[in-house]
Order: sequence, then structure tokens, then C-alpha cells
Amino acid sequence: MVIRFTLNGKSQSVDVNPSMPLLWVLRDTLNMTGTKFGCGMALCGCCTVHINGEAMRSCVMPISAVGGKKVTTIEGLSADHGHPVQQAWIEMDVPQCGYCQSGQIMSAAGLLAKEPNPTDDDIDDAMQNICRCGTYQNIRKAIHRAAELQAAAPAPGAGGNTEASPSASGTVTGGAE
Amino acid sequence: MSSSTTQVDRRVFLKTGLAGATGLVLGFYLPGASTALADATAAPAAAAVLNAWVRVAPDDIVTIIISKSEMGQGVMTSLSMLAVEELECDWKNVRTEFAPADKVYIDPVFGMQGTGGSQSIHSGWEPMRRAGATAREMLIAAAAQKWGVAASECHAENGAVLHAATNRRATFGSLAEAASKLPVPADVKLKDPSQFRLIGKPTQRLDTPIKVNGRAGFGIDVRRPGMLHAVVLRCPVFGGKVASFDATKAKAVPGVKDVVQISSGIAVVADNTWNAMQGRNALAVKWDEGPNAALSSDTIRKQFGRKVKAADLNVNAVKAGRDYAAATLVKADPFAIERMDKNQGKIIIDGNSAFGRRGVSDFVGDAVETSKAMKAPVQVTWSREDDMQHDYYRPTSYIHLSAGLGADGWPVAFTARIACDSVMSWFFPGTITNGLDTSSTEGVSDIAYDIPNILVDYQLVKSPIPLGFWRSVGASQNGFFSESFIDELAAAAKKDPYEFRRHLLAKSPRHLAVLNLAAEKAGWGNPLPKGVYRGIAMLRSFSTYVAEVAEVAVDSSKGRLKVQRVVCAVDCGRPVNPAVIEQQVMGAVIYGLTAGLKSEITIDKGRVVQTNFDDNPVVRMNEAPVVEVHIIQSTEGPTGMGEPAVPPVTPAVCNAIFAATGKRIRRLPVRTQDWT
Ligand code: FES
Ligand code: FES
Repeated sequence: MVIRFTLNGKSQSVDVNPSMPLLWVLRDTLNMTGTKFGCGMALCGCCTVHINGEAMRSCVMPISAVGGKKVTTIEGLSADHGHPVQQAWIEMDVPQCGYCQSGQIMSAAGLLAKEPNPTDDDIDDAMQNICRCGTYQNIRKAIHRAAELQAAAPAPGAGGNTEASPSASGTVTGGAE
Repeated sequence: MSSSTTQVDRRVFLKTGLAGATGLVLGFYLPGASTALADATAAPAAAAVLNAWVRVAPDDIVTIIISKSEMGQGVMTSLSMLAVEELECDWKNVRTEFAPADKVYIDPVFGMQGTGGSQSIHSGWEPMRRAGATAREMLIAAAAQKWGVAASECHAENGAVLHAATNRRATFGSLAEAASKLPVPADVKLKDPSQFRLIGKPTQRLDTPIKVNGRAGFGIDVRRPGMLHAVVLRCPVFGGKVASFDATKAKAVPGVKDVVQISSGIAVVADNTWNAMQGRNALAVKWDEGPNAALSSDTIRKQFGRKVKAADLNVNAVKAGRDYAAATLVKADPFAIERMDKNQGKIIIDGNSAFGRRGVSDFVGDAVETSKAMKAPVQVTWSREDDMQHDYYRPTSYIHLSAGLGADGWPVAFTARIACDSVMSWFFPGTITNGLDTSSTEGVSDIAYDIPNILVDYQLVKSPIPLGFWRSVGASQNGFFSESFIDELAAAAKKDPYEFRRHLLAKSPRHLAVLNLAAEKAGWGNPLPKGVYRGIAMLRSFSTYVAEVAEVAVDSSKGRLKVQRVVCAVDCGRPVNPAVIEQQVMGAVIYGLTAGLKSEITIDKGRVVQTNFDDNPVVRMNEAPVVEVHIIQSTEGPTGMGEPAVPPVTPAVCNAIFAATGKRIRRLPVRTQDWT
């Protein structure tokens, strides 16, 4: 079944089993491996992407439910680390192994889009992502820092391509059967 | 792995041609280094080899070859700092490359190419600096030759060689080619530490930028032309195997290419991972469950519990005799599922966290066998369930501790009887002598407290559960045992737990210094908010000294506890990258808390009960304490930081629970019923 959606600002169509989770479409069909697999059960947050601007877990999101929607992955969050969350992450040297960090960053960006000045409690609520390396303290600091950066320079479309219109050209068709 | 010290000397530098490299490439080779571990694994006694590489390209880019896996512990940054400190190039021009598999990269302490045992900085400390210094001297010699001046009149600075007398300057890049043709100096002088400008300064990690945009490549991200995806169904019972299977339904799943039996189970191969998983769900298998089908946590507990009681311990004036159990198995949770592919006979292994899980390479076998059967590159993915149930776990360990206190309250005798399953028997059976696996006793047998009579007794007890080098290995459970028991003794002597330790560490200055620093920074003795209690613990492991004070909010009536703050003091010798040390301590505290408070693997009918993060939870953001890290400015040789901050956190928390409730935790993980 052919499903069309917007991926990082470009229109995308894939022809896959409609119940295949978005995570595997991204990783295996489209070879966009920035989004990670950690549990497959919406428990860890590794696979977090934005769907219509909302941070969601792609491992339990059937591709059929994504039709017509706007999907932003870590690869599309910014060109060249420009998103305030990425900048703060670099400034605070957040990642250790880095495996969970795509999901952490997408969750944090989702939080800041909704709540530009989150409290520690907001962070506890929104950041349910697991980090086995234990980077939580630096994630918390970096979210506060990202809020400052975002306030200082509210770039148009901060929050990445989530808000961008699908005007960009170039349709890529997934290589599934 | 227990650390051992190898005297790194008799070094011979070699010039080595790395394929495709231009400019200067340096490596070096250490003959004759060997250790207990190397001997025990029957590694060739002759040449253990330690690597370190410096490559200088014509465009001034300096590539440091990293022989250790970057698993998040910051090693590519810290090892680069060591080489660059001596090389004197511009830090901005530094790149890194991981070493391929080659004899030259064998770690002399391990006798093999590998990363672990909190060993990388300790092993790399002198060789990496020497590699940088040797490269620098060759660049200086090349410049001196070019200018017709004495090398002694030149010096290197910020990526260039300078001749001050004639005010001439040449960049490393412009000299690299000529330098590579010069003889390698037999000996070079290393900087006096007072001259360090990089070592000891918090330095940003080189790997952060690629870890914030999804570009960092993990094993699971490898893509090859024509690559297929597979998952493996393994017998849920330890030691079981396939009796028969019917793949008809699995093969009918769209996208499934084939179903092949491999040594670890049945591999379902498909065009993508998800289809492979659907195919696996459709497999019909009959298992031969083997001899362990009746194994349970209960039988294991009884088996180990009996052993510590098997002998009566007679110590004068015994006042305290206690059984402790880290009865439960804990798993490592590497945070990327291990995934490998095989490409033209080369096995590619990319970095992610491991915490001990990648000390075993079973997943490589899965990928190699499946690729061979399919005659195509195959990526095998382990789901979280696969990993949870087919891990190599921290061993079951029981201990009986007793001690005698003199009339003045100070201990006069200490005995421990440990019954522990043996990690080393899985990996390096040759290291076990007279039935002693020292990884089972470390953290108790080397107890630092000044007690005149100490007896530590050990029984190696075997269970069929696969074991691995869980982060901090034996020190993880033994630190809990010894530091909880010392706290019990302090209470029995009616002394303050910090003062009690302090008194007994008077002759151990490095232990004492971290203990004092943690207590001072935590404000030990100062009043705390209502309902908040402190506990302290201290342990030396992997040659690094760590003391931690935990502040825990305890509400017995509601059965709630929250670790709010953990103050850590570490002495890891000369700190190389304090920023990375801090990260490692923060991570270790979270890791220790997960095992101490939340995560337990239980066995029923020969199989692991837990499946995923719902029934084997880990600490998340809302439970993460504030962690403060204080580093002793030591001038001793550097030691590792990957593991040593794990062991003290659990006993510090349990000692705080005791301070709050008078209840002593003697089993992990902590259960609410044990303190309410
Ligand atoms: S992989 Fe989706 S939440 Fe864990
Ligand atoms: S950085 Fe390793 S799991 Fe989060």
C-alpha cells in the first residue's frame, strides 16, 4: 500500500505493509538511521520523532496512521545543528554513547515548542526517555539552556521543519516491494 | 576485569605504513609486556603490543588513531588529549579514527585488543604521550634539516615548528612528508606535568556534534548494498536447543526471504527488521529444554544461601554476624542492540554503550552464520526482549560477614564468607587458581579499614546462568556488602559512620582524602530538611578511589524514597579530562541506582522472567538525583573512571535508609517491605 506523508519538509511516499511502524520505515525502508530502536513498545523514547509538531514514539506508530501528516526526524530538525536544543546539547556536551540522544533531542524540542520556558517538573513530565548512560542531569541543564537560546533568537521555524510547509521539492520513493 | 599494573617500558617505535595514509604515521610496539590475564589466556608470551598512532596530513589535520572502543566513556577525546599534549598541534585540527583489528593494537594489560576494566587511560597514559612526543621530534628534525640548523634550536608550538633565532616557521602539514622519512628517535623527553596545557583541563568531547544530529553510526545503523535483516529465535531456557521447527508460516510472511538454523537458534531473514520480527512470531518451534528447565531464582537462592552458612566462623568477641545477598542477577542493558554485519569477511563493530555486555561476542556469531547461509550481508538485530533474556548477567552472590569489636568499640576482627558464581570461569578460566576467582572477592578481600585480623573465605558456586563483566564487576556487589557492614559496625559501636570510617582509614591517605572530601562537600553533620537522611560509602576499585554521600528523602508511611543528591569525591590519579570524569561519575551513579533500587532479573522454569523496560525498569529523569562531582588534584598516574563510581552509590543509599528507619538492607535490589 502506498502511503504519502511529508518527511523533513519534503513529500515522501512509501509502498509498504500499512501496519509497519514508522520507525522501521524510516530506518530500513528509507535508510534514515538517526531515529533509533530501543524497546519497540513505547517504553524508552529512543525512536521519538515529531508528527505534526508533536513528539511521538515511532516504534508503535503504524505507517498507515502517518498518511498525510508531517514527520520530522533528527535529520530534519535543523540544517547543521542549528536548533537551540542541538546547540545547547553541544554546549553542555550532553551525549555519552549517544544512542538515546536523537530521541532525547526530539522530545526536548517537542517540549520547548509547547512550553518555551519549562520548569524542572515540566522536564520530568515530558522527558520520559531512558538514557542508560545516565546523562539526565546534563539533559536537564541543556533544556534550560536551550530555552534561553530559543528566547534570545526565536528563529523562524525554530522547532525545525516541523512547521515548514511541504513546499520543498523532490519526492523520494521508498525502496520497499 | 580486575586491573593490574604493567610497567610500560622497553618501547620500540616502528614506522608503519597505513594503507592510503599520507604524511607522517607513527606507531609503536612493546615487546615483552605480559600480565596475569595474558598468561592465563595463553596469549603468546613474546610480544604483547600496545598501539598509539599519530598521522599528520599535508593540510595540517592531525589524525589520532584510537585503539579503544568509544562507548560513551569519552575515550576518543581523552586519548587524543594525551597525544596532542606532546605533539603541540592545534586541538581544532584533531580528528580521530578507530584502529582496525591488528596485532599492533593489542592492549598489553589484557593481552588482546579490547576495551574494558576501566583501563584505557591507564594503559594509554605514557604510550599516547610518547607517540605525540616522537611525532613532534620528527617534525622538528625535518624542519631543522630543511633550514640547516640544529634541531635543538627549534621548538614546536601550535601546529608548527619554529626557529626563533631566524624567525622561521613551518607548519606540521608542510613538514609531515619529510618527517616520515626520518629515523624514529629512540627516546624522547616527555613534558614535565607543570607544563601541561591540555591534560587536566575540562575539554569538550570530539564526538558530540555527530551525536546530536543522528549522524553517529552505531552497529545498528550499518547499511550495505544488498543487505538483509534478521532476528533470531533462541531457546528461552538456558542451555536448551532446537528440537524441531516448522517455518511454513514464517516463510509465508511478506518480505521474509528465508529461515535458517544457526548455532544460537533459528534466524528469520527478511527485507527489513520488522518483517523479520513478524516472521519470527509465526515460527513454530519445539525446544529441547535441556537440564535447566526446572531452574528458578528460589533454587539458586537456596543453593548460594546454604554455602555461606556451611561453615561456622569463630571470631573472638563476635558482636555482629550478618548474611547479605545480592541474590539477584542484574543485566547490563547495552543501549544499542548489538548488530553486526559481515562484509567481505570483515566484521564491522561500531560503538555504543555496553556496560559489560560486549565483553561477549555471541551476536557476531549470529551475523556471521546467517550471512554465510544467505550468501549476503545480513544484519542481525537483537530486540530488547532478546537482550533481556539472553544476556550475560552479574553473578548471584551471598556473603556472611561477622566482626568483633573491642571494648572501645573499634573492630578487632573481621571475617567474610562469600559464595559467588564465577564470571572468570566463563571467560578466563585460567585465571582461577585454587578455586579462587578474585573478581568474586574484590571489594571485600582488599578492605581498606585498619582491622588487625581479617579473614575472607570464598566458595565458587556454579549455576547455569551465563555471566558477564557487569559495570564494576565484583566491586559492585562486594562494595555493597562491605560498606553496609562497616556501617553496621559503626552503629553497633555507637559511632558516627563517617567518623568511624575516618578513624579506620588513618593509615590509608588516598582512601581518607576522598572520604573527607565527600563528607565536607556534602556538609556531613549539618542539619537536613525533615524526612531527608544521609548515608556514606567509600570504595577503591580499578585503582580509583571514590567516596559518595547520598541524601535520601524517606517516607516510611507512604513507602516512598527518593535519592535527591549524591556528592561524589574521586581520586583517579592525575585527572586527564575532568569534564569526562564528571560525566562518568554522573552516569555511574544512575547506573548503580538502577541496579540497587529497581532492576532485578529473576528465573523461572529455567528462563528469565523479565522481558522489557516495563518489568525491568531503569532510573529515568524524574528519579535522577543531583550528582556533584569533586575531583582530587592528584599527581599520581591516571586510573580509570568508567566503573569505580558505581559501587559506592548503593551502600550510601542503603546506609541513608538505615539512618532514616533503623532498618538494614541486606538484599538487592531494595524492596519496599525491607525498610517500611
Ligand atoms: S523504541 Fe520506541 S519507545 Fe523504545
Ligand atoms: S547517551 Fe548512552 S543511552 Fe543515553
